This record gives sequence, structure tokens and C-alpha cells, in this order.
Amino acid sequence: MISAPDVVAFTREEELEDELCSQPPLPEEYSVPLFPFASPGANPWAKVASSKFTRDFILISEFSEQVGPQPLLTIPDDAKVSGTFDLNYFSLRIMSVDYQASFVGHPPGSAYPKLNFVEDSKVVLGDSKEGAFAYVHHLTLYDLEARGFVRPFCMAYISADEHKIMQQFQELSAEFSKASECLKTGNRKAFANELEKKLKDLDYTRTVLHNETEIQKKANDKGYYTTQAIEKANELASVEKSIIEHQDLLKQIRSYPYRKLKESDFHPYEPESVLDQADTSCDQGPATSDLPEPGETPLFAHLPSYTPKLIKAKSAKCFDKKLKTLEELCDIYFFTQTLDQLHQIERTFRGDVCYLLTDQISRALLKQQSVTNFLFEDVSFLDEKPPEKQSRGCQGLSQDAVDRKCLEESSAPKVVISLGSYKSSVESVPIKMEQEIEDSQEPQTTGSVALEQQDNLDYLDADIKGSISSGESIEVLGTEKPTSGLTKSESQASLPVSPSPQGGRSKVGSRRTVSEDSIEVLSTCPSEALIPEDFKASYPSAINEEPYVDGEEGGLRFTPKLNLDDADEQEDVLNQENLVQVDSACCIGKESPSFLEPLPALGQKPCEEDGVVRIPPQPYRAEPGLHGGFPSHDGISGGLLPYEFDSHYLTGNREVSKSSLDECSDSTSYISSAASTCSDRTPSPAHLARQASERHKKKAGQNALRFIRQYPFAHPAIFSLLSGRTLVVLGEEEAIVKKLVTALSIFVPNCGVDAKPVKHWVASPLHLVDFQKWKLIGLQRVVSPAGVNVLHSLSRYSRYLSILDADSKTLRCPLYKGTLVSRLADHRTQIKRGSTYYMHVQSILTQLCSKAFLFTFCHHLHLPISEREPEESVVNRRMNFLKLQLGLANEDVKIVQYLAELLKLQYIQEPDQGVNPLLRFDYVPSFLYKI
Amino acid sequence: MLRWLLGGGREPQGLAEKSSVQTIGEEQIQNPYTELLVLKGHQDIVRFLVQIDDCRFASAGDDGIIFLWNAQTGEKIIELHGHTHKITAIAPFSSSDASEDKNHFILTASADRTVIVWDCTSGKQVQKVSCFHSTVKCLTVLQRLDVWLSGGSDLCVWNRKLDLLCKTSHLTDAGVSALVELPKNCVAAAVGKELSELIASNDVSEGWNVLEVKRLVDHQDNILSLVNVNDLTFVTGSHVGELIVWDALDWTKQASECNFWDSCVHPDVQPEIKLSQSPNETSIQHLTSDEECVFAAIGKGIYVYNLQMKRVIACQRTAHDSSVLHIEKLPNRQLISCSEDGSVRIWELREKQQLPAEPVPTGFFNMWGFGRSNKQTNQAAKKMQESTPMYFLELVGDLIGHSSAVQMFLYFGELGLATCSADHLIILWKDGERESRLRSLTLFEKLAQNGDVQLKF
Repeated sequence: MISAPDVVAFTREEELEDELCSQPPLPEEYSVPLFPFASPGANPWAKVASSKFTRDFILISEFSEQVGPQPLLTIPDDAKVSGTFDLNYFSLRIMSVDYQASFVGHPPGSAYPKLNFVEDSKVVLGDSKEGAFAYVHHLTLYDLEARGFVRPFCMAYISADEHKIMQQFQELSAEFSKASECLKTGNRKAFANELEKKLKDLDYTRTVLHNETEIQKKANDKGYYTTQAIEKANELASVEKSIIEHQDLLKQIRSYPYRKLKESDFHPYEPESVLDQADTSCDQGPATSDLPEPGETPLFAHLPSYTPKLIKAKSAKCFDKKLKTLEELCDIYFFTQTLDQLHQIERTFRGDVCYLLTDQISRALLKQQSVTNFLFEDVSFLDEKPPEKQSRGCQGLSQDAVDRKCLEESSAPKVVISLGSYKSSVESVPIKMEQEIEDSQEPQTTGSVALEQQDNLDYLDADIKGSISSGESIEVLGTEKPTSGLTKSESQASLPVSPSPQGGRSKVGSRRTVSEDSIEVLSTCPSEALIPEDFKASYPSAINEEPYVDGEEGGLRFTPKLNLDDADEQEDVLNQENLVQVDSACCIGKESPSFLEPLPALGQKPCEEDGVVRIPPQPYRAEPGLHGGFPSHDGISGGLLPYEFDSHYLTGNREVSKSSLDECSDSTSYISSAASTCSDRTPSPAHLARQASERHKKKAGQNALRFIRQYPFAHPAIFSLLSGRTLVVLGEEEAIVKKLVTALSIFVPNCGVDAKPVKHWVASPLHLVDFQKWKLIGLQRVVSPAGVNVLHSLSRYSRYLSILDADSKTLRCPLYKGTLVSRLADHRTQIKRGSTYYMHVQSILTQLCSKAFLFTFCHHLHLPISEREPEESVVNRRMNFLKLQLGLANEDVKIVQYLAELLKLQYIQEPDQGVNPLLRFDYVPSFLYKI
Repeated sequence: MLRWLLGGGREPQGLAEKSSVQTIGEEQIQNPYTELLVLKGHQDIVRFLVQIDDCRFASAGDDGIIFLWNAQTGEKIIELHGHTHKITAIAPFSSSDASEDKNHFILTASADRTVIVWDCTSGKQVQKVSCFHSTVKCLTVLQRLDVWLSGGSDLCVWNRKLDLLCKTSHLTDAGVSALVELPKNCVAAAVGKELSELIASNDVSEGWNVLEVKRLVDHQDNILSLVNVNDLTFVTGSHVGELIVWDALDWTKQASECNFWDSCVHPDVQPEIKLSQSPNETSIQHLTSDEECVFAAIGKGIYVYNLQMKRVIACQRTAHDSSVLHIEKLPNRQLISCSEDGSVRIWELREKQQLPAEPVPTGFFNMWGFGRSNKQTNQAAKKMQESTPMYFLELVGDLIGHSSAVQMFLYFGELGLATCSADHLIILWKDGERESRLRSLTLFEKLAQNGDVQLKF
């Protein structure tokens, strides 16, 4: 018996059902794999049952030195989102995988404590029990009162969808890096301020102490010192030492290598820009040389004057003191910026992963259509990432990842090979080297100007090395002792290309997936495409394996009990060290079973992997070199890894599998390190604009849908727009006119990369110049003598115009008898949603663009083949091509011709000089359409 | 159209389109101008357009600025600033000192009583003359003698170096309004109602001298236009619509046409000439000619006067909604006119086809028993048709773009047509097909240049 709720559940998917019923079955290779957890009737879009939260969210946690890991805030800040999800528990999880090489303290051979400007570490973590997968971004903030001056934090993007985290790793990493960089900038500023204050305090204390000592000296001329005097002298000495230390710290924090000059435009409306600029200039190059005594620094001169306090001799290193909150740790401006950024991230990545992927793929593809994409696409947001220049860096990587994805998906049966070739190609790319060279050169060159160079260079050097080591976070984890962080990282930095077997092993360890409480440190690789096949395969088998692993790793696994008991950071770190080290050591021998298990699933992998998104083979394949990608893709090493995979799977040979694993993991670690070092440079996409345009698209689509249903003469109106004839929407009410203009604006081809030639509302008489500039105009009808002028000008220029009268619902425009627009705007369309219709329009317009492209760039269609060929035969050839080859009927020819003119103009336009806007028109009779 | 826009029923009086003016509608197959470029720069009425060479032209107007434009691309080449008042005359002046590279100059006269010589290549002011007592209203270059003349209240002759060679005595207060070069070193100058024949002589002994040879006082009103037809004849037109054809050698009147309304041989002469003919509607604004005919812009109409037949062979009495300001004959039997109503129209002079019904067989009339007199007039008309081919001006296209009076235009042949107007704009009208082809050519050149494509033939 069917209960009522069941029925409801079905009727809700009305649209979907219609689609499914009418469609013939897809060919085998295009079929979507069945949902793995499918029970009959289950909705494949439903959230995985195991997750305890309703949607993705961002969690910020801190490893407090007082209470251990604790969640600080979630974004969105809504209790409903996290639901029954145990934030405390998850904070513990994510904080326990902090691989940052943050080391502060007295390194051997250095007199003063050193700050490390560590790069953030990025880890993917999964908790199958909680049904949560997280991208975890660790970062360190400075706090003068904290132990070792550092406060470890982390930001995590938590989702129930593992694929989303994996496939969007690159993007998540880039976005979170930006947020983190923002937060850290604010923190550095706050830290510097704090140091300033502390120095003033110390200075004041010193003066006081000095005076006291002097007084005592004078008062006491017995020739020996009283204990009191000695105490005072000691105190003074310690204060002086402290001053030096703090000055040193200040110098260090200021010498932070500003490698990202873009940062300044990242915060354009910076209220404290003066300060920041001063800061920046101070941190770069020459200014570093004359770092003055902090007390006299003019930089902070305009800050509210600070009355120094006397500092007690006994420093307040007690546990009951209140630690600063995250907000206090960071300059308030930057803090809000960071929060904004995080909200933005949440908004960007919410929803199903297939949307994100489709969006990314289509944008990448659009970017390639550099000749035609300006016509109907919003180029401004395509341009937000410079397409060519960055291809070497992360942009190239992500671009390449998309490339790869297309490749993989287009050749689904050969997925193993392409994956392998990708890996090997990654291996052969010396990205990391380049990054490193750049990084290390920059401070040196800037430093060479400085006089006080040696000192600074020292810090900088250390900084760089620290950052690199932290990039390869897992390696560091596997091999590094807490005390030898610096030296170790140095050695690793010098071995960038040929990784030590040790490193490889440790990475394998870190990728061990199974433990009793089902914590999986998945990988640090930057995107799904880079995830080694072995992991994917082994993941489903993890649960089956549990007893096995349990036996081996009993004492060393993460257990909630252990971690919760150990609130002390030191111990925890030690634990972690031990754990992973042993883990990595022991897992090598034991890994094979886990990889043997998924053998039957191998055939399914491609399907699993690409999930919902499938796209047909793309031009990408034909031109891999266009993007400065990696030329060695399909080269020598292409076949090697797949073979190893195969042999591994087939024979279960441990040696082979190990070596193949090592190779894979090495390559991935390079990617990840490259990503971590260069991700900061990725410019910020204009998310807000994108979101706004998304909303606009939806609205426009909805309005357009309404328009084509409501007006039987929608076709000639749309034809006018597509053929470049200005359409004037005339009406008394602004709202109605604007709505119509919005609806029709999706059909307006852009004339250049500038804004759409659409004017939503104008009340003055139109002139010829307006028709050059705008192709769609909303015009106010005024019932007054002044209004007559407006109408007069319309009447005068009627040959350049189509006029849609919104009040009387009439249209005056040329006749349209083509077929193209009827496909574009079928009033009987089954499409119900605005955004869907927008996409439909977009796809047909893209088709049109390709026709226009073909037409424009066919040489013989425009120019004679031989010298003597008469113009008429060229014209004939042209018309034949349009009609027969492109299948255009009647007026459709004009649309393609107009688009072709636009393409030509755009292509031949010299970049430096603005093109003279020209107006093309036809002498064709207009007709009056009525409802 | 407008009626539709205004909505039925409340059409205000006077907005209805005038039925008397011929309209062509929106379908203009023969109109080649399907692309336009708007050239912005002037801040006041643009009155003059003058061609400098194959692809450059200069524009000048009431803002005192001269712009040089590229006729192909519409690119603004140079701005020339120097005059403080509106420009009253402009003339191109090319020197052929070095035969291979011609230096192009322009002479401009302004209401600030100066004449400036500009170098078109460098955009520099070559020289400036400011010793005039009145505004110079016309400038003429006598290429043959390598001198130029300026006409205001007196007539001055200058050489290339801007030395004043000679000048006439004060002519009238009205001053010289038009100048035209005649054979035998003569110049005809229109001074008010009179036409002065002046001779500029270059005696070795006396140097340059200007003599008034003859004063012709046949016109009843101010002479507005003066044009050379060929070496033997020139034509003048006055404000009241007198057109006089003169012999250029002995300065005698060859023919004259006074009343264009009556002489008009427009086939369907309606008895509707009820309008009181104000002088504005009969004034000859502009004249142009080819070897056979003189084309006159008279009031709102265009008239074609045949020099051989000494009569008007075709006319379009209301060619425009208001006065025709400029008229030009194109090589292909076409005529372009522009008017104060802001439109430019293209006309074609066509021979009237003999309609098959027109040569009426006499039997037809006999059968129906028409009266004798009637028959005679018919025959007379038929006779006239046979002896002289009938012509008419057919409207083949109109260009609507300016929002105010079109002052002048310049025909550039293939490159198109430049029009200037009181709305401060210059519009370049172009053949869309040709431009499209040129763009394709540029595109493939650029493609080849960039190496994006390998052209395979």
C-alpha cells in the first residue's frame, strides 16, 4: 500500500519525470552509473544518510593551548546547518592532522627566538562514520602571549560529498589560501602593534628600573651590592634582553616577504591603506635596511598614543590568563574581510558538485573560444583569471585538470592510461623548482639593496625554507623531529626533484585510510584528478579491512579517548609524530591487501569518478599546447604507470605496487607543494559579480520565457536583436519596460568586450549615436509636448529601429521568416525554469556563434580564389555556403552575417586604439505586428 | 508610422507627413549606403567639407576649429586650432613644388578677419594674415597662376608666400560673395546683385594688377551662386530664382530662365500652385553642372536645365521638406541633394519610358468622337515628346541620420559620402558590402601576419 508521503515524493519531481519518460534510453557509454547505495526508489540526489548535517559548511577551529581543539565558529552561522554533527569531535579530528612546519623558538645557533612564516598546509580528511569529508586548511597566527608566539588555527570546508572535496581541492585551496592570507595579514598587523606596545612597555620599564638602579647606586656607596640591587640589576638585564628579543621579533614580522603585491588590490577599499602601504614599503627592499628602533618608528606615529605600563618582573606565563580571541588576534578590517571571503566560499561551493564541475568546464571551454566568446558571454568574468599567463602555475594546473577531465571522460575506457600519463606528466614538470627559485630570489634581490642585509636575509632564508617544507607537509610530518625542523626542511628544500624514499614512504603512510574510528587522512593532493587510483579503489574496502588494520596498529591509532585526554599540545604532537611515523613504517608491508580488494571494481572506476558530468570529446584534445600546458603528456611515460597498475592489480605483486605507489605519491606531493606555494597568487575571482550575474541570468531567463509565451511576435523582435537592429521598448511604466528589456537582453550580441549594449531606461529623444551604442533601449513614453519629440525622433529614425510598444502590445519591425529563432524561442517550449531557459538560449547562441565563426574565417567565402575571379562568384559562393552548408533560411543569413561582422571588427581591432563604432543597417520594410 | 506611435485618434495637427514630398519608403534597393560612421568633434554647426586628397578631407564650421579626417576609417587625423571666430571660407591649396610629394595646404578664412594657411601633414599653421578690413567671404585658388584670391569688401590677390600682390578698391559694403575663375586670367565675382568681371594681369613692368573689366547688372536680386560649366560658359543664380547663362569669353548673356515654376515640364502639372511663392522658395541656393546640364537647387526643389535645349528638362519641385542647401552630380547620372530638413537624397535622372498606351492611335479618338481641339493638343504634346526625350528625377534613396540641417556633403566615390550638419556631426556613409569585404581582407591579412592560419590555395 502506498502511503501519502510516498506519492508526494514522486509528484515533486514532476519535471524530471517528464523528461525521463519521453527520452529513449541512452547508449551504454553515456549511461550514468547507478547510485551505489541505491535502494529501490531512493532519490540519488538525497544526502548520504550517514551525514549528520544538512549542507556544507565551514568550520573554524583552534588548537587552544589551554583547552585543546575547540570549534570557534561555523559559516553559515546557523545551528541548523551543523545539526547533530559533533563539532567538538570534528575539531579534534581536523586539528590532529596539522602538518604545518610551524616552529618557533630558539633554533640551535641562534640567539633569539625566530618566527617562521609558515605556509599553510592543506589536507583532505574524511570521516566515514560521521559522513563528513573536509578540506582542512591549517594556519598559524601570532600571539605574543601564546606559547611560542603561535596559535594554530584551521579552517575546514566540510561536506558530505567526498567527490566535491576531492574534485574541488584546487579551487578550495586557492580560495582558502586567500582567506587565510587575509587573516594572516591582519594578524601580522595586530601582532606588530602588540609588539610595539610591548616594546614601549619594556622601554618604560627599563627607564624606571634604570632610574631605580641609579638611585640605589647613588644611595649605596658601600662598594658592594645589596641583594636588592642585584635583583634590580638582573631585572634590568632581563628587561633589556627582552627588549632586544622583542625588537628582533618586530623586525622579523616586518620583514615578512611580501611576495604578493596583488594583495594590495585584493583589499581595495582598505581604510588603513596608508599604514599598510608604509608597512609594505617597509617590508620590501630598501626600507628594511634602515629599520629604526621600534620606539621611534614613524610608521605608527599616527596611532593613538599609548601610555606604557610597567611590566612586572615575573612574566605572566600562567594558565589562567585569558587567551585572545580570533577577533582580537586580527586587525578588525582584515577579520571582517576574511569572514566575507569565507562566506563567499561557502556560497560558491554549496550545492551539488556536478554544478561546480559543469561550470568550471564550460568556463574553461569558453575561455578557449577567444574569438567568439565576447558575443554572448559575460567576458568580464571569464577574464577574471588571466588565461595565458598563469598557465604555468596553479591556473595551468587547474586548467590542466579540467583538460584532463575532458580527456578522461571522452575516453572513458582508457581512463587508466590517461590517468597514468597525467601522473607522469606531472612528475616531469619542474613547477616546484621554478616556484622555489622565484621565491628565494625575490627576497635576495630586494635584500641586496639593504645595508643591514645579512641580518634580514637570515630570516628571509629561514622563512622561505620553512614555507617550502610546509608545502610538502606530509613529508615533513613523516621525517621531522620537532627540534630539527629548520635544518630538516632545508635539506628537503634542496632535494626538490628526486624525493627521498623516506618521503615517499611517509606519504604512503599518510594516505593510509583505515583506522578503527574511521578517520581517513585522504590525501594532500590538489584535485580529484590527481588522486591516485589506488586510494579510490581502496576506500570502499576500508571498512572490510578494519579488523586487519586494527590488529596491526592497535596502540597507535587515533582514538577519541586518547586525544581527548591529552589536552596538552606537546604530548599530542608527540603522539602524532609517533603515530604517523610508526604508521608509515608499518603500513608498507601491509598495504597490499587493501589494494587487492577493489579489483572487481576497476571497471567501474571511470564511472564512479566522473559521477554525473559527462561531456563529449572536446577540442581540448586537439590543442593541448595552447595553454602552455605540459607538452610531455602523452609521451614516454604514458604507458608505464598503467602497466604497473595493471600488474599490481593482476598479480598482487607487492614490490611493483609499492614502487608504483611511490611514484604516484611523489608526483602528487609535488603538485600539492606547487599548489601550496603558488596558490596565493591566484587572483580572486569576482565571486560577487558572478553570483549577481547568476541571479540576473535566472531572472532574465524567466522574463524571456514569459515574453515568448506572451507575445506572438517574439520571433521578429528577437531577430531584430540578433541581426543588430536596435530594438526600442516603448512604454509608460518603467517596471514593465525594464522587465522586457531584461528579458530581451539575453539575445543581444555584444559588440565588443565592453558592457552589453543595453540601455534599460531613457526618457530623452534618441539620436543616431544612441543606435550605435545601444542595441536594446527602454524608452519612456511621455504624454506631454516633450514626449512628442521623443516620438518624432523614433519616427525619423524608424529605419534603424524596431519598436516594441509595451503599452499597446504592438511591434513594428522587419519581417522574419527564418527557422533559427523559432528554435530559440518556442512559445510551446516545455522549459519551465528561467535558468534552464537561459541555458537553452545560451546553447543555441553558442551554436550560432560557431556558425558565424566558420563563416567569418573561411577565406574563399570572402575573397576570390584567383585574381580574376569576379566578385559575383564570390558572393554566390558565400550565399551557397550560408544556405546549404550552414543550413540557414531566409533572414537567418542576416543574423550570421551580422555576427560575422562583429567577429571581424573584434578581430581586426587594434588593441590600443578604440574602434570607431559603426552602424550597419538594411533598407528593409517594417511591418506592424499586433497581438 | 508616427500615427501608430502616437496611438490612434489623438494625432495632433500638422504632424501628418506631407504628401507633397516624394517619399521612397524603407526599401531602397539602389541605395548603397548601408553603414555609417558618426564623426564627432565639432562643437558647433559644421558648414564646410573640403577634400584634400584621395582619402582625407577637412571640415570646418562655426566653432572655428578645422578637423582633418580619414575618409576610409573615419579617424580624426589632426585638429587645427587658430581661429577665434567662425570659419567663413575654406579652400584646399596643393603646391606642386616638388612634383613627387605634393604638399597639401588649406586656406581658411574666419570672421575674426584672418586667413590662415595650414599644412595638412604637420598640422602646423604656416602663416597667418590679419590685415583684412572685413571678413573674407570667399577664397579661390588660381592654380594656373599660383596665386589665391580672397574676397570680402575688396578683392585681394596673394601669392604663395602670402605677399599681397594687389587689391581692388572698395567694391561694396556687401562684399564679394562668390568668385569663379574664367579663362584669360579673368575672374567673375558676385557682388550683391552685380557681377564684376575682373582681370588679373601680371605685367612684368607693373607687377600684379587687378582691373574691373565689366559690371553685369542683369540680376534683379543678390547673386547666390556662381558656377563654371566649361571654359566657355558659366552660370549664375540669384535669390529670386533667375538663372543666367553667360558666355565666359565675351561676357554676354547666352540664356536666362526666370520662372522655374512655369517653365517646369513636370508631366503632372497640377493646378495646385496656390502657395504664394516667397523668395525663399525660389532662391537658387546652389548650382552644379556637368557638360550638358546645370543642376539647380531652387527652394525645396531641384531643377535640371539643359544648356543645349535652353530649358528645364526635369524637375522635382518639392524634393525636400525645406530648402535644398547643396547639390552634386555624380558620375553615374545620379544626383545627391541635402537640405535643411536634415535629409540627404539620392536622385537618378532617368529618361521617361514611352508608355505603350501613350502614342495614342488616332482611330481611338475617332471612335469615341473626341473634339477636334482636344485632339490637337494631344498631338502637340505627342510631338514634343517625340522631339525631345523626357526626363524625370527618380528618388532612389535617402539618408537619414542628421537631426538638423545638412549643410554640405562631399562625395568620395567608393569611399562613401561625408555629410556635415548643424547638429555638430559629420556622418560618413559607406557601402556596407564593400566595407565588409575590406574587413575580411584585413582579417585574413592579420591572420596571416599572426601566423594563426596557413592560407592554402
